[in-house]
Amino acid sequence: MTEQAHEGVRPARRRFAIDFHTMGPLLALIALCIFGFLLNPAFVSEGNVTNLLTRSAFIGIIAVGATFVITAGGIDLSVGSMAAVISGLMIIAMNASLETFGIGVQTVVIGCAASLLLGLLAGLLNGVMITKGRIEAFIVTLGTMGIYRSLVTYFANGGTLSLDFEVRGVYRPIYYDSVLGVPVPVLVFAVISVIGWVLLNRTAFGRYCMAIGSNEVVARYSAIKVDRVRTLTYVIQGICVSVATIIYVPRLGSASSSTGVLWELEAIAAVIIGGTMLKGGYGRIGGTVVGAIMLTTIGNILNLTDVISNYLNGAVQGVIIIAAVWLQRGNLAGLSLFRGRKTGA
Amino acid sequence: MASAETRADAHILAASRISKSFGEVPVLFSVDFDIRAGEAHALIGENGAGKSTLVKILSGLERPSSGTVMLNGQPTFLPPNGEAENIGIVVIHQELNLAEHLTVSESIFLGREWTRFGFLRRNDMEVEAQRILDSLHVKIDPAARINTLSVADKQMVEIAKAISREARVLIMDEPTAVLTPAETEYFFEQVARLKAQGVAIVFISHKLDEVMALSDRITVLRDGQHIATVDKADVSADVLAEMMVGRELSNLYPPKHEPDVDADLVLEVEGLEGPGIRDVSFSLRRGEIVGFAGLIGSGRTAVMEAIVGLEQRRSGTVRLKGEPVSFTSIGQAVKSGMVYMTKDRKGRGLLLNVGLQPNLTLLTLYRHMRHGFLVESSEVEAMDRATRRFDIRARDASVKVGQLSGGNQQKLMLGKAMESEPEIIIIDEPTRGIDVGTKQQIYHIIAALAKEGKSIIVVSSEMQEVIGLSHRVVVMREGRKTGTLEGADINEAEIMRYAAGLKGESRHDRASA
Repeated sequence: MTEQAHEGVRPARRRFAIDFHTMGPLLALIALCIFGFLLNPAFVSEGNVTNLLTRSAFIGIIAVGATFVITAGGIDLSVGSMAAVISGLMIIAMNASLETFGIGVQTVVIGCAASLLLGLLAGLLNGVMITKGRIEAFIVTLGTMGIYRSLVTYFANGGTLSLDFEVRGVYRPIYYDSVLGVPVPVLVFAVISVIGWVLLNRTAFGRYCMAIGSNEVVARYSAIKVDRVRTLTYVIQGICVSVATIIYVPRLGSASSSTGVLWELEAIAAVIIGGTMLKGGYGRIGGTVVGAIMLTTIGNILNLTDVISNYLNGAVQGVIIIAAVWLQRGNLAGLSLFRGRKTGA
Repeated sequence: MASAETRADAHILAASRISKSFGEVPVLFSVDFDIRAGEAHALIGENGAGKSTLVKILSGLERPSSGTVMLNGQPTFLPPNGEAENIGIVVIHQELNLAEHLTVSESIFLGREWTRFGFLRRNDMEVEAQRILDSLHVKIDPAARINTLSVADKQMVEIAKAISREARVLIMDEPTAVLTPAETEYFFEQVARLKAQGVAIVFISHKLDEVMALSDRITVLRDGQHIATVDKADVSADVLAEMMVGRELSNLYPPKHEPDVDADLVLEVEGLEGPGIRDVSFSLRRGEIVGFAGLIGSGRTAVMEAIVGLEQRRSGTVRLKGEPVSFTSIGQAVKSGMVYMTKDRKGRGLLLNVGLQPNLTLLTLYRHMRHGFLVESSEVEAMDRATRRFDIRARDASVKVGQLSGGNQQKLMLGKAMESEPEIIIIDEPTRGIDVGTKQQIYHIIAALAKEGKSIIVVSSEMQEVIGLSHRVVVMREGRKTGTLEGADINEAEIMRYAAGLKGESRHDRASA
């Protein structure tokens, strides 16, 4: 029974050469880019591509976090509001520490540290209420979405919170500078994506996320600490939101009640377009990155051409989201799940 | 049979030479069955004997492959989907089919609401519901919500519902399985009352004492065959137990390798109490296979889940190689060398929409990590090893576990459990829904593991399996251990006596009710 492993037919082969299902979102993005180029050659100009990727970074980074939450069978609707309230509190923290630390890197570091801490805590709060409080993720994050949104309005007194002009000057490069020709936000997006990919695909934690999303009971029977893993997904989401906020704040140097509106839906859309299943159990960081870029690309193309009014941006995005999921269903449901099994009565 | 012929005119409902196959699997072979007005007719047999299928055919939920159903002496086709209720054949399922948020009167009239100009006649329905409940002498408020009622009251609502549909034949699947002794007593009174009204009652039961107390006639099925229909006065519970079993063991099972009687005790359980289990004690030696027999719902799974930490236990001690342990999660049990294989492969054991390899290593990912990262080659190696060792057959690695046959799923689950290199293996229903060939393979694997010195607990509702594999057999009933059988005592009739409460340490006492 414990014979050694060298001969005999290996019943399981490891990989296929090209998997069209996993490549689908990327192929769609390439098609979209060719379409954009044909409509307006300026689409591929260096300036436009850089601009496009930089703008994708916010949603993209948040969507990387959302990939973990959704893969583990959850949902987080609070990310847009969370981004707004973290922006506001960051600005308040930096303005407050100005007197003590002056205009310098130190103040900005304090702001960033505050942001990371707040993101972590906000995610932890969502996660604990969902797992320990046994409340559906949809309800909890719908609640915190409202709470965060109204908090930022309150802190801004119904108006706008502005970062001190001179601090902004120090902070500015985080959004506007480039390293080796790559804008900092794009660089951060890339780093977060790589970390996310490794975490999801090369660690036990990532495997546990998929297992929990696939079947929570099986996960529990397989000695997985379901509550802990699930809470961690929301913490990761919170940290991703705070990272996105850190690169977003220097862009405008302000926060108001309209900051980050509908980001949660764009993030979820990016995840789903990328091939992650909304009901959980299967997640793809690479797809999420492509999904986020695709959403920005649609807006960008509409800006560059007159074929469709720019006002219809949301409508086009909506069509693309529904089409993406429709294609996934056709493929996934048809090819694999629960099909034609014969078991005795 | 002879008695059935003599009073043929009195049959309300009868089955004549009914056969049924699901796909290529035959379940019933030319079974005869009949029900008379005002009688209680018990239908008994082991798990898989075909009782439920027969009931489904008699209520129109399934069509027979051959044979006829007779209603009032006339061959008939019963309407499908429960519409047979309209001609007075009502089934009460074990898992009572009531909508928890409706009221009692809404439940009784569900699907047959009284209306006037399209509006519900709520008051009239409540009055009628009250009248029916009164006729049953039960004190239930027609306006109460179902989810506020006890299980016994819910069952009474089902019976009231049956009466409101003017049931002439009432078929009940293990009606007392969910009732306490006191509630059972109450239920018996209701059955007597219904019989007096001329209602024919068919009930499936595993409890032979109850069968003897409640029924007028008894039909025994075994392996889809009609064994006998007898008057209660002509038989004893022991005779019934022998009729239900009495089958030769085939050579499906490997020869038993007797363990050393002096081998160390690896697991000792004393006075275990928890949800659904009361005062369970047993022990397990190195290299021993202990079978857990009993009826479905007798608490065997609950005992195992309490031991490995899936359920919290209220009291009792568990000693592993002499050391007291108290696991609060299955992870701790696995690290201590004990592994539990659930009977619910699809719901609890395996991720169906994931491939084989992630399933195999899910319990033991810590074995495939280097510096915190998963090493794929190590997982592939494990998969190769398990594939060979347990003869798992899959087309290729991309196959999802949900597409595998039950047998291959079970072997994969066995591989998953064995990846943790356990000393003690608890297998709940090792061969449920598996073809005979694979069953034999699994039996041989289990026997070989015991020979290697592993200690194994096999929980099974298939009695032959328990008998064919086990060195000792623990029998449970209603959350308690009723006996431990060894050697020649391990036979079906003896196990059935303990499982059905005819014999044993804690036979439930009806007088206390």
